[in-house]
Amino acid sequence: MRLRYPDTIRIVRVPCTGKVDIVHILRSFEKGADGVYVVGCMEGDCRYNRGNLRARKRVAEARRILDLVGIGGERVQMFNLSSAEGPRFAQIALEMTEKIRALGPNPIKEKKNKMAA
Amino acid sequence: MNPMRTTRTDSKLEKILAAGHLAVTSECGPPRGSDAELIKKKADLIKNHVDAINITDNQTSVTRLCSLASCIHLKLMGLEPVLQMVVRDRNRIALQSDILGAASFDIRNMLCLSGDHQKFGDCPQGQNVFDLDSMQLLQTVRQMRDQGKFLGGDEIKRPPRIFAGAAANPFADPFDIRVRRLAKKVAAGAEFIQTQCIYNLDRFEEWMKQVRDRGLHEKVYILAGLTPFKSAGMAKYMKNKVPGMDVPDEVVKRMAGVPKDKQAEEGLKICIESIQRLKEVEGVRGFHIMAIEWEEKVPEIVEKGGLYPRPDPAAL
Amino acid sequence: MIVADRKPIEEIIEYIKDANKVLIVGCNECVTVCEAGGKKEVGVLASALRMYFMNQGKDIKIDEVTLERQCDHEYLEEIRNIIDQYQAVVSLACGVGVQFMSEKYFQTPVFPGVNTCFMGVTEERGVWSERCQGCGQCILATTGGICPVSRCAKRLFNGPCGGSSKGMCEIGGEVPCAWQIIIDRLTALGRLDDYEKLAPIKDWSKERAGGPRKVVREDVRQ
Repeated sequence: MRLRYPDTIRIVRVPCTGKVDIVHILRSFEKGADGVYVVGCMEGDCRYNRGNLRARKRVAEARRILDLVGIGGERVQMFNLSSAEGPRFAQIALEMTEKIRALGPNPIKEKKNKMAA
Repeated sequence: MNPMRTTRTDSKLEKILAAGHLAVTSECGPPRGSDAELIKKKADLIKNHVDAINITDNQTSVTRLCSLASCIHLKLMGLEPVLQMVVRDRNRIALQSDILGAASFDIRNMLCLSGDHQKFGDCPQGQNVFDLDSMQLLQTVRQMRDQGKFLGGDEIKRPPRIFAGAAANPFADPFDIRVRRLAKKVAAGAEFIQTQCIYNLDRFEEWMKQVRDRGLHEKVYILAGLTPFKSAGMAKYMKNKVPGMDVPDEVVKRMAGVPKDKQAEEGLKICIESIQRLKEVEGVRGFHIMAIEWEEKVPEIVEKGGLYPRPDPAAL
Repeated sequence: MIVADRKPIEEIIEYIKDANKVLIVGCNECVTVCEAGGKKEVGVLASALRMYFMNQGKDIKIDEVTLERQCDHEYLEEIRNIIDQYQAVVSLACGVGVQFMSEKYFQTPVFPGVNTCFMGVTEERGVWSERCQGCGQCILATTGGICPVSRCAKRLFNGPCGGSSKGMCEIGGEVPCAWQIIIDRLTALGRLDDYEKLAPIKDWSKERAGGPRKVVREDVRQ
């Protein structure tokens, strides 16, 4: 299966989504990412029992904070799929890319450039 | 020392109880304003049918005209008030000071209470005090009266002569310690008890049996608390929403089983039947009728309950 | 431990909005355990604040450091060399740490980053509850090891009140009745007769009421 997905996406591998912390998500935005999504296993199928459930809560908290600071929580999302769902992975990548495109760039990116200039 | 049959204050309530009569008390809630006429009017409705009138102290933590001032109004009408005092709002300085204030008007009865948590009232953000608890307030009243001493140890000139009472809830949890708790209040100095509203008569009688087993009925006057239901809705509310209230299903059913316009009458009937049954319970020394915002019905309850006319304390 | 809860970010923004350089200081003790002011929370808060100010077009530099403790001189000294660079410090320690820092660095504005709540336990991750109010004269020996001062809403010494219902307090919110637990404990210990002993009137002078308190131990003092 040689599925294509948008090359704007940078994949960060983690052993389990339970490893993803709020601060990782926030720092991505601080550094200029326009969107972040976390792809975990199906709920109930976590190899470490609760890793993806923890990730879900952290994603929700990151969204709350991003709303508060004016970046917009909708730029973060969590997806659950099994490792056998290659086509769905590509599908999600497309959907997310379109969603973020529609939202426009991370607002602090421009301001950062302006401040630097 | 057996306190029964002897009096240690000039309280009319104590006198009537000591003479072996079933006492009748009732209560009035002060208004949410400064119009004293409202409290006087309520008192007028019941004054010939009760021996003493409790004045509640910011009940359910809702700010009202103060209990002490209301008691003074009653006293000036020639009536016998029972000053309810909660430890929620005053520290030991204020409590002792108010006791002296009451004694200066010869207010001779006091009911020592903890008070509902302020969360239920109009100032849920307020501080609570609870410097003493209700048992320690009882001890304070008794020390001030019997030893003529302040908590700090100094002598009181003209000590307060106050008949000290407490509340008891025979139904609250945990049930196993309800009698032990009464024993504790008696040990702290309670001379009379006004109970929580009784609807579950079987359970009350069971409690009274345990009270008698420990001989507490010979050490403290127990007045059975009754509140007539105005409606089936009120019965359901008391059953489901008021903590520490035991309303059996049969009672709720009985109220709901009559048409709406007859429910008040049914409520009164239940109350009167309860009096008639509880009169026969050994150790019940009287009744505390709390007709909430329904004071006008107290005379009827007292008369039909066979508690009228009231004895003349002057003749005892 | 001392249990604290996070302050709303909006409140912290308001404190520091006029500074150019801000230091967020975490504490590695209690507030780390209750996940309110440890290194992780410092990172999250700092990142959120940086993004907020960047988005506002404000160039505020926000640095992070987490100390071993903020209630001891020696750890607070660790920032002595850098503190002067900052127009504002946000301490995520409990109120004790915030104050000790304020006393030590008298010219630097120090703001609280958490609401200090109580002394308590971790019931489970994410749930902390109160156990002690530091009343200065422990009576746990007489109450079966359960404290009515901190756990009874009316801090009754001779409870329970009439509001105890099915083991719960009348104030609601799933607060257990302390006196129900005391009675259950005394029963389990075969000491229910102790329940009938009247608790004496409390000496509150050892508590907050007596004014700010101090423990001085000459035997260990230097």
